Amino acid sequence: MTAEPAVSVGGLRKAYGPVVAVDGLTFEAPAGAVTAVLGPNGAGKTTTVEICEGFRARDGGDVRVLGLDPGTRAARAALRQRVGVMPQAGGAYPGLRAGEMLRLVAGHYANPLPVPALLERLGLAEAAHTGFRKLSGGQQQRLSLALAVVGRPELAFLDEPSAGLDVQARHAMWDLVRELRTCGVSIVLTTHDMAEAEELADHVVIVDRGRIVASGTVAALTRGGADGQLRFRAPTGLDLEQLLSALPVGTRAKESPSGHYLVEGEVDPALLAAVTSWAASQRALVEDLRVEQRTLEDTFLELTGRDLRA
Amino acid sequence: MSTVALDLSPAPGRASYARMLARQTWTETLLTLRRGESLLLTLVIPLGLLGFFCAVDVLPTEGARRVDFLTPGILALAITSTGFTGLAIATGFERSYGVLRRLGATPLPRGVLLAGKTLAVVAVELVQLALIALLAAALGWHAHGSPAAVVLLVVVGTVTFCGLGLLMAGTLPALVTLAAANGIYLVLLLLGAVVIPASKLGALEGLSRALPTGALAHALRRVLLDGASLPGADLGILLGWAVAALTAAALTFRWE
Repeated sequence: MTAEPAVSVGGLRKAYGPVVAVDGLTFEAPAGAVTAVLGPNGAGKTTTVEICEGFRARDGGDVRVLGLDPGTRAARAALRQRVGVMPQAGGAYPGLRAGEMLRLVAGHYANPLPVPALLERLGLAEAAHTGFRKLSGGQQQRLSLALAVVGRPELAFLDEPSAGLDVQARHAMWDLVRELRTCGVSIVLTTHDMAEAEELADHVVIVDRGRIVASGTVAALTRGGADGQLRFRAPTGLDLEQLLSALPVGTRAKESPSGHYLVEGEVDPALLAAVTSWAASQRALVEDLRVEQRTLEDTFLELTGRDLRA
Repeated sequence: MSTVALDLSPAPGRASYARMLARQTWTETLLTLRRGESLLLTLVIPLGLLGFFCAVDVLPTEGARRVDFLTPGILALAITSTGFTGLAIATGFERSYGVLRRLGATPLPRGVLLAGKTLAVVAVELVQLALIALLAAALGWHAHGSPAAVVLLVVVGTVTFCGLGLLMAGTLPALVTLAAANGIYLVLLLLGAVVIPASKLGALEGLSRALPTGALAHALRRVLLDGASLPGADLGILLGWAVAALTAAALTFRWE
């Protein structure tokens, strides 16, 4: 069965005056999967998601959310019922308590989740009687997540869901996102945290300066360990040409900074053996040898020459 | 964090508009009653002024009994405070707290949101009008005129002040709205023929008659004090304000 994608964006463009925020973005978020839109601040993630949510008009391109165009009024009304949204600056009535706000919004849906259980799940049971203004940043963030999913949506957009969360709350959020996916909910989340994308996402879209620089599964983007990394320290100035001649074609090696070596390729016992015998032939001692997988950060750096955390 | 069993499988759909409207109305009313500072404007000041100036004989009342002169003006002030001042301040802060954005992501239509706000204003006004009428009656108030004319004036006045409140809240930052709404409340209290008759304002008399509170107070006084039918000139002024405010609000209101 090839299900229609939850979100499909083609050639999306949006400028704010002279500033081009989104410059021809194309991607798909598969149904029933977690898609992470990953990129540094200012990359155009939030603009893209807000256009998909129907909060913002686009300048050009095509957008389909659950098969509907959020640029039209009728589609927006239909999507409000089927799509949960956790906006970045989403608030609540300052005079309401957390539990009251969640009950108010739950009441606008036909089959809402039970409010006490949802509060409990997100660690908000004790904060239920606290006024919105007195909640901590992390509690407000968790309430915002609860508000996004309380209507039992088919698709949820979560814009920077882990911003301001401590480690424990972040894991609770991750668990809920995984469970939503297990229950068949499609998720599109934005993050600038590659660890979060690696942890949660089935599908990653890496955005930089309003363009897609890469997309695919985490495994494909990091090349699934088939293209692993071998790092070690050894005396500076060893002959890498000699090493490469002993390794399969396509394997790459470099010394950077001096005394620190990196070999990229299929990391298998043969590679390890080749490296150690090569070092021995040059009477060098290999130290601190580590096998690592490429991370999304490596992929991003390679594609843009920039740091994802920037 | 515990792992409570939740059935997260999709089951989308919205509640009926009637249910949404009931919830929004209840929430907005609850919020108004919770705001201590708004109770000061909506209840304490109007009732206090009525009681004080009935007890102390300092006001020129154009030959009428003090309570009969004051009550229509106090009713106009009450409508000004809830429709304009209270709504402007609350809506301004809701914008800055992202409430309107949050609710914009739910199936709640904007029309139902605004209808809920309007009904909450009406609910608070009913409480205000009842308490003012009770206090006035205890002070010996004799009302004249047609109840239908009074209801019509109250409705048109409410629409006018809600329009002005939304116009201000939808365009100015929350803190500016807070300051300006309170400042304008004071100006309307002094110049709006609430306690001081327009005829005693000298050169400002014409301005007083043209202000929405002045027009409403004058019209209510013509009906409740003099037993007039509907004062057309004042009603015209109010309707002019209503059309201008609602048009401007509709054109300029920003939800975020």
